Amino acid sequence: MTLDVERIRKDFPILSRRMNDKPLVYLDSAATTQKPSQVIDAMSEFYQLHNASVHRGAYALAEEATALYEGARQKVADFIDAGSAREIVFTRGTTTAINTIAYGWGLNNLKSGDRILLTKMEHHSNVVPWQIICRHTGAELVYLPITDDYLVDTSDLESIIDERVRIVAFSGMSNVLGSLGPFAELVAAARAVDAITVVDAAQLIPHIPTSVQALGADFVAFSAHKMLGPTGIGALWGRMELLEAMEPAEGGGSMIRDVQLHESTWADVPQKFEAGTPPIAEAIGFGAAVDYLSALDMEQVRAHDIEITRYALDRLAEIPSLTVYGPDDSAARGGVVSFTLADIHPHDLATILDHQGIALRAGHHCARPLMQVLDVPATARVSFYVYNTIDEVDALIAGLHEARRLFGVS
Amino acid sequence: MSLEELYRQVILDHYRNPRRSGSIEHPDATAEGNNPLCGDEVTIEVVLDEGVVTDAAVRGRGCSISQASASMMADRIVGMSVEEIATLTRQVKAMLDIEAGDPGLDSDRPGAVLGDLEALAGVKQFPVRIKCADLPWTTLEEALASDVV
Repeated sequence: MTLDVERIRKDFPILSRRMNDKPLVYLDSAATTQKPSQVIDAMSEFYQLHNASVHRGAYALAEEATALYEGARQKVADFIDAGSAREIVFTRGTTTAINTIAYGWGLNNLKSGDRILLTKMEHHSNVVPWQIICRHTGAELVYLPITDDYLVDTSDLESIIDERVRIVAFSGMSNVLGSLGPFAELVAAARAVDAITVVDAAQLIPHIPTSVQALGADFVAFSAHKMLGPTGIGALWGRMELLEAMEPAEGGGSMIRDVQLHESTWADVPQKFEAGTPPIAEAIGFGAAVDYLSALDMEQVRAHDIEITRYALDRLAEIPSLTVYGPDDSAARGGVVSFTLADIHPHDLATILDHQGIALRAGHHCARPLMQVLDVPATARVSFYVYNTIDEVDALIAGLHEARRLFGVS
Repeated sequence: MSLEELYRQVILDHYRNPRRSGSIEHPDATAEGNNPLCGDEVTIEVVLDEGVVTDAAVRGRGCSISQASASMMADRIVGMSVEEIATLTRQVKAMLDIEAGDPGLDSDRPGAVLGDLEALAGVKQFPVRIKCADLPWTTLEEALASDVV
């Protein structure tokens, strides 16, 4: 193993739990990861020692809270190699980050006849906000298809991208297939027609070492809770000139420079996009999570991801009548593996595996358009993170054989 | 609780060989049901003659529990009056712990009244799956309510 997984596991109190009288085998990190004591303690310590509202108190405690909150912003900025911490907008998560762009940029820049280019492997959070903006503006959605290898099909990109396309929004790493997005191609094609690029990086940032400056996209959205942090907080990174030009999607306290009876002016970026009292403890937990990942080294996190995913793909391939939906090439994918087993419905699989303490996801994974492409109503999905072991993959395989026995699948 | 109690042979048989599967050309009552969270779908069509179901068809897709429940239900209700079906539905829901009360059901021996449908009893030990077994019955209630005479 590239990471010292046994040592890492000791940091996660929940992993010592038993479910249904079996050790918990948690294989649903693409939905949400577990949290190390370092994150839990950082949040608890904030409430015990430093709690105050940020950005307004003229007293020392509020200054402490503000310094911790802004310190977390700097940590997140450093983690993704942003040019400046001011380019990090704290949001409730990836969904809110994408909505912030949709309402802030899309609503104010799109008109009838304009196009938004998506791919058919998007999570609903990178589909539905754009549908709403299309309803408001008369713009329309266009989709890139998916290849037989479960990658975004860019073969007709040149004929699909033209001046009508104003936004190209795509998944950095599919939450169903594990496929990595064709960043360079889409960013270059978008730039050629002056379209902005939006990367749904909810799975990408937790799994793949990423420099947003090297990525070249205009906006990158991700969530803390899929990278060891708490729920209720995420980040929108954007290029400064775009953030400065963009309208806020939400108005309220904290985001203003001045308020008169009929007009107001906005605070500077990023406060302009952070209306209301922010989730301060969550931001601090987010900072602790990226500290934890940085200490592990994201290159090692990626190496572990590749190793365990390779092992899982090879073991799954040994099971008769099991179909994996996703690329086989480790370099083209992250640690998310979707599959079906004979005629056993994924929900039945999930129940059978839960009985053995194994938590996996069954369903459409908030990607109904992709399910239609795959022509299945649902899949089972396992996803790995820094605390998962080869033994846990073996437990999964044993559980799948038990499912075959129960259902009489040969 | 054991998985063998949930996935009994009769459940798997109905899942793989659904009875009265398909559609009816001129149904008197119909309803579609789905569980949006898990994606289970069931469509029910029935033909009624003076308050008695004379034909029934179901189609759908979903897990073994929802589809087997639909198949067993369709097989059972043909020949029953709407009133008898209402009683049966209450009995099934009582067996699944969805409805309180004892609509003429010996909880130790529900099979005495419910026959094959008793195979669904194991579901109540798996709370997240109760809604799967219930879906066809709730959908049937909607279908019959849509044909109030």
